[in-house]
Amino acid sequence: MTNLDGMMTISYLAAGVLFIRSLAGLSKQETARRGNLYGMVGMAVAVAVTGLAWLAGGFDGREIGMAMLVGAVVVGASIGAVLARRVEMTGMPELVAILHSFVGLAAVMVGVSSYLAPNGESHASEATRIVHMGEVWVGIAVGAITLTGSIVAWAKLRGTLSGKPLLLPGRHVLNAVIALSIFGLSYPFLEAPGTTGLPYLLVMTGLALVLGIHLVVAIGGADMPVVVSLLNSYSGWAAAAAGFMLANDLLIVTGALVGASGTILSIIMCRAMNRSILNVVFGGFGTADGGSAVASTEPAGEVREMKADETAERLKSARSVVIVPGYGMAVARAQAAVHDLTKNLRDQGVTVRFAIHPVAGRLPGHMNVLLAEAGVPYDIVLEMEHINADFPNTDVVLVIGANDIVNPGALTDANSPIYGMPVCEVWKSKLVVVLKRGMAAGYAGVENPLFYLENTRMLFGDAKKSIDALVAATRVG
Amino acid sequence: MAVVIERGAGVSAGYPDAAYLAAGATLGSKGEAMGECEIVLKVRPPAPDEVPQLKEGCFLACLVQPERNPGLLESLAARKVSSLALERVPRISRAQKMDVLSSMANLAGYRAVVEAAAAYGSPFGAQVTAAGTTPPAKVLVIGAGVAGLAAAAAAKALGAEVRAFDTRAAAREQVESLGAKFLTLEVKESGEGGGGYAKVMSKEFIDAEMALFKRQAAEVDVVITTALVPGARAPTLLPRDVVTAFKPGSVIVDMAAEQGGNCELCKPGEVVDFNGVKILGYTDLVSRMAGTSSKFFATNLVHLLVEMGISKEFKIDLESEVVRPALLTHAGERLPPPPVKEPSPAREVKPPPADAKPKQEQIMTPTRRAWGATLGGMVVIAVLFALGRFAPRDFLQHSTVFILACFVGWQVIWSVSPALHTPLMSVTNAISGIIVVGGMLQVGTHLNAASILGAIAVLVAAINVAGGFLVTQRMLKMFHREAPAAPQKGHP
Repeated sequence: MTNLDGMMTISYLAAGVLFIRSLAGLSKQETARRGNLYGMVGMAVAVAVTGLAWLAGGFDGREIGMAMLVGAVVVGASIGAVLARRVEMTGMPELVAILHSFVGLAAVMVGVSSYLAPNGESHASEATRIVHMGEVWVGIAVGAITLTGSIVAWAKLRGTLSGKPLLLPGRHVLNAVIALSIFGLSYPFLEAPGTTGLPYLLVMTGLALVLGIHLVVAIGGADMPVVVSLLNSYSGWAAAAAGFMLANDLLIVTGALVGASGTILSIIMCRAMNRSILNVVFGGFGTADGGSAVASTEPAGEVREMKADETAERLKSARSVVIVPGYGMAVARAQAAVHDLTKNLRDQGVTVRFAIHPVAGRLPGHMNVLLAEAGVPYDIVLEMEHINADFPNTDVVLVIGANDIVNPGALTDANSPIYGMPVCEVWKSKLVVVLKRGMAAGYAGVENPLFYLENTRMLFGDAKKSIDALVAATRVG
Repeated sequence: MAVVIERGAGVSAGYPDAAYLAAGATLGSKGEAMGECEIVLKVRPPAPDEVPQLKEGCFLACLVQPERNPGLLESLAARKVSSLALERVPRISRAQKMDVLSSMANLAGYRAVVEAAAAYGSPFGAQVTAAGTTPPAKVLVIGAGVAGLAAAAAAKALGAEVRAFDTRAAAREQVESLGAKFLTLEVKESGEGGGGYAKVMSKEFIDAEMALFKRQAAEVDVVITTALVPGARAPTLLPRDVVTAFKPGSVIVDMAAEQGGNCELCKPGEVVDFNGVKILGYTDLVSRMAGTSSKFFATNLVHLLVEMGISKEFKIDLESEVVRPALLTHAGERLPPPPVKEPSPAREVKPPPADAKPKQEQIMTPTRRAWGATLGGMVVIAVLFALGRFAPRDFLQHSTVFILACFVGWQVIWSVSPALHTPLMSVTNAISGIIVVGGMLQVGTHLNAASILGAIAVLVAAINVAGGFLVTQRMLKMFHREAPAAPQKGHP
């Protein structure tokens, strides 16, 4: 057994290193695919070695366990493979959210299972036992919150649940009461000998499940990128907690990596909106402090319309065009048409680039994936901060289904709820054409002064249809 | 609704009669067009003999210009015509799209530069050739209204060095935004009048102005004057003695020729040559671009008719802030000017200044961050000490691994390209499926609750592992770099 232990430790170390290499590989497009491969190898090593160790225990009398294991892996992997093949790129946010919930579910299962059958751990002292019980408690709580929170996020992203935040009266109090109960119930649980604390554990799990639901229903649809990132980090912490309870370093390392990744993504999203994480999670838009400010910005001036054929003319005669896509492009499924338009213009010698705001879409990097799917080369898809300085030299900017991320009020209007949020400074270009369904305000409910600027034209209508018209009008020959 | 077009009305603008027929209109003589319709749209005011041809009680929209057509309003009122003077449509933002003066002035300003360039004997833009070099022409635009700004932009586009003068301080920003120089006087006096026009200035100001023009006259090659006072004769800005200061070969385009001219020597509709200085007094600048000007004029009229409800029910609304000020006769009477509600110049939404920067410090002021970091660090240290004192050895070992792994993750993830954040999430999804290992460890020998829960954990974690990795692979395959660089349009 000692030999096997050593081998397992080394394999886990190898797997951990491969996971780190995997994430590091994602820093550049060129190395990203290799990074994914490292991840797969690492996972294969970890599962294979754990399987070997399991087999080393001997076959006698373990047929049932064996069958369950193999069955679970085969079924699970098949479901995963089918999901991965079927999912549409516009549906990525949903897939990511539901996968988070699976990690949460697994963490809860492992936690309860570990409580019922402490695998080979003998509690040398009372302190060890208490620490272990504490780990189980924390692991299950985080897992349960991740589970239901992710399911609610998934439902909101799919549209099954309304994207509007559901704000119960006294919700902060409710959250606090649940959190305190989770904390308080741990006392009788720790005191209970053997597995007699199970009822407390199950009640606590139920409370954590409710907390997960309640936390996420109170958050609006457009804040989902932050929520999904946050849940990503929770799923990591849940895995790490499972690692603590099972005394498994690989789980701890991997959990920490995932946790850090999710945390960083949340931070990036929050900075991109100039809001704190607490503001996103607890005090969305539409609450008392946001409401009064919305009214203060009144539309001034006049909206000028421009038809598709004229827009096409301006695009063709431009030297440099920048396209700013937003969630509206994903909703209208216009990315393929956008690619055709890009291709037509580039064939005619027009420089076309894309400006991606960090919070465009419903998932960090969502726009990049959609454009890549449509076939847009990634080196003309730039981040906002890299292209903002180029807008004064741009002839035409096409804003497709975006609103708050191109709102000049974010820079000038101190009363605006989105004041201080970095935005794509499209108004500095010679002409801005905004593709929009109507004059409705963006998610933040803020009037957008961009639409009334001298150099802004509106192209009303469904984004897909408008772009199809532009594609037809810009076709060569 | 039937639309009658005067036969041949659009021919000289490049719109043949057939085009109107194709659009669903019918053709008629002028008499038919004016005599049969309830709504008559014209450019010029009706001539005295045309008024009786109008159908009694009809609505007429055109440039009425009553100050230059005495007696016209009386005859229109006698005919019970409701006449709307397009030039009196107020300059408010809502009415901007119906403002023919602006749309026409814009074109006229452009055309003035084209005429000046044709009359000027040298290129506007600097030439650098093997046969010698010339500096750019120096163009002075007086009056930076709609026409002046259009002229400045057009001259700039031709490569000239442009300077502009206006008594209204607000014009400075607009002039400079076109890349032209804004000339100023020593005397401080605001010329901001009503409706976007300038007011008449004091004697002292005008003297300073004349001195400026005289100095400029010696320098510039082309002058375009656009100064108008509504309903009055245009101010004389270039008297004879200023014109004598110009170099021979210089060109003056007097866009105010029809209203008496800004240049004392100007003759409306003619080109005057004074000591080699050409003074262009064209009054038909807009007609020289008839195709576009007709289109713009027609678009203004369409907006006006839509404003008056043509799409549902056409109505002359005496309460309308757009229609009422422009309506001169109605129901057989001359209407007095509406109660003075000074229309302010069209309020444009200003883009934020170029150096506007978002303020991020609301969230993270340095002080707050420093305090936060210090307090957080102290708490962590205290917790660690407590743990070191009481916690079991194993736990401490695991904590070490955990904290180091957090830092490694922190360092590694920050370098991930934002474009790959979605693949990053799906990869981390996949590797957080490592909890499959935990599930496997929990599947024991017997078919008991712990084993079943373990197996469920394995199942869902396996979905994650397979789904996460495969979808990442699928996504990363889609990212491709650009094929060989496409030829880009170079700067001419």
